[in-house]
Amino acid sequence: MSSKAQKAMAHMDRRDLSWYVDRAVQILMFVGGISAIVFIIGIFVFISKEGFSFTFGRFDIVEFFTSMNWRPTSESRETYGAFALIVGTASITGMAMLIAIPFSLGAAIYIGEFATGKTRESLKVLVELLAAIPSVVWGFIGLTIMNGLIIQLFNVPIGLNVLNAGVILGLMAAPIMTTIAEDALKAVPDRYREAAEAMGATKWQVIVKVVIPASKNGLVSAVLLGIGRAFGETMAVLMASGHSINIPGSVFDSVRALTATIAAELGETAVGSDHYGALFTLGIFLFLITFIINLTADVMVRGIRNK
Amino acid sequence: MSRDALVDTTKKQDEPLNKEELASGALAIQATDLNLWYGTFQALFDVSFNVKQGLVTSLIGPSGCGKSTLLRSVNRINERFGYVRTQGKVEVMGHDIYAPKVDLTQVRSQIGMVFQRPNPLPITIRKNILFGYGLQDSTKKIDSQEDEIIEKALKEVLLWDDLKDKLDKSALDLSLEQQQKLCIARLLPVKPKVLLMDEPCSALDPKATEAIEELIWGLRGEYTILIVTHNMAQARRASDECAFMLMGKMVEHQRTEDLFVTPFNQQTADYIEGKFG
Repeated sequence: MSSKAQKAMAHMDRRDLSWYVDRAVQILMFVGGISAIVFIIGIFVFISKEGFSFTFGRFDIVEFFTSMNWRPTSESRETYGAFALIVGTASITGMAMLIAIPFSLGAAIYIGEFATGKTRESLKVLVELLAAIPSVVWGFIGLTIMNGLIIQLFNVPIGLNVLNAGVILGLMAAPIMTTIAEDALKAVPDRYREAAEAMGATKWQVIVKVVIPASKNGLVSAVLLGIGRAFGETMAVLMASGHSINIPGSVFDSVRALTATIAAELGETAVGSDHYGALFTLGIFLFLITFIINLTADVMVRGIRNK
Repeated sequence: MSRDALVDTTKKQDEPLNKEELASGALAIQATDLNLWYGTFQALFDVSFNVKQGLVTSLIGPSGCGKSTLLRSVNRINERFGYVRTQGKVEVMGHDIYAPKVDLTQVRSQIGMVFQRPNPLPITIRKNILFGYGLQDSTKKIDSQEDEIIEKALKEVLLWDDLKDKLDKSALDLSLEQQQKLCIARLLPVKPKVLLMDEPCSALDPKATEAIEELIWGLRGEYTILIVTHNMAQARRASDECAFMLMGKMVEHQRTEDLFVTPFNQQTADYIEGKFG
């Protein structure tokens, strides 16, 4: 081997700066990539650790799920019945979906199938802006504007109720649902639309008979993510729902949500007490529900991609 | 130049058509002075072009010559895109389809179209076949005739034996050849007179191509077929008449056997000899 060739070989073997940069970036990316998983597990471990002392101790599953007496500070006997809180969260979420589903699916269909050019682009930007409004601002709107409006319009004594929180949450969940639903519609190949139009389908027939069935999974997961969003929302609900423990008989009754309970009470409990543990048990419950909802949505979105 | 060349087709020797109306040489498609723009780009220049009823007419020419554009203006599917502007007249079976009062969906349902890539809808085979038919009037009770319609359509495209037991399977699970045949089959229940085909075999292998060509040849007579093809050999073996386009203009239109043997135009001659394209 000539000395020239040896030199060239030696050069190839050298670990120069760019080699180290490459390695460093790879490691950095790997850490970034797994951090989400680490954090999720970390949060779950933390919540469990704090909550399990209660969950496996004082906790009474029958009381938790069936009693509506949430009296953690009772002098005589504390009770931890979360039934009213669960019903409160469910009723607000249900109300929110009644508002959000028609609005968001309608908006997605309009943006995805009808709007063109500038209208389309500006609508998309607007929807994304809506999604960026902080929840405390929404809560503020609920507390001031919506409250007065509901009292005036429906002639009821209090405007902080299921209707108020539901409308606020619906408006909060709608933008993200719109964005995901529009993505799902966009994922439907244009040749399907072209085929249907070539057979004489009207725009509406194309949407109803071709586009929606083909994007069904994505639309359902958009709705599920919206439910997850509404379910886990705290601040706006705390401000707009009235925050009173109650099984609602109508949309004009005040309720209290699971999330709002944790936010309102956690600061006032002694670390390690039963009350503290009970709030964390609510947290575990919320975590599991939203986890299941999001997982279902994710699996369904993957379903359409693989098709 | 080409109009004189369109002598009556009754003289066609191989596989004479026995249907009376074909002998008359009646026109299925009549385009007159057709100009078309995509935005500011002009894709068709004063195209006048006639297609006789019951024949297979092929459109050939190099990429971008406007043959697909011409095809797509016969059912106005071009207008899916807002920036398309059309000028001139196209008559299909005697009706001016660009007349102001014409219902676009009606036009399209009466003129079947087959695309380059098989595009069955992501629903069952059964629903694919009934799709166009069901669009006509959604309140119409079709349950009783459904099976009959499906059987007839699939038999016409020679798929019945293969598919009769899997009508409720997704159409996307079929082979490309079967998908393309299904795409033809789903046009038939509405009884179109004209079928437009935009390079229907370009996504298929040679065996499937042969099968589709045979099918097209079998549909000839009952349907008027206008087919765009990149494949000169295909135009030569599977069409009665052939038109050559170049740069958005109609250069020559003759009986296929004449066009390939004695083209009038030097450009046609150069193209079919493979000097460009």
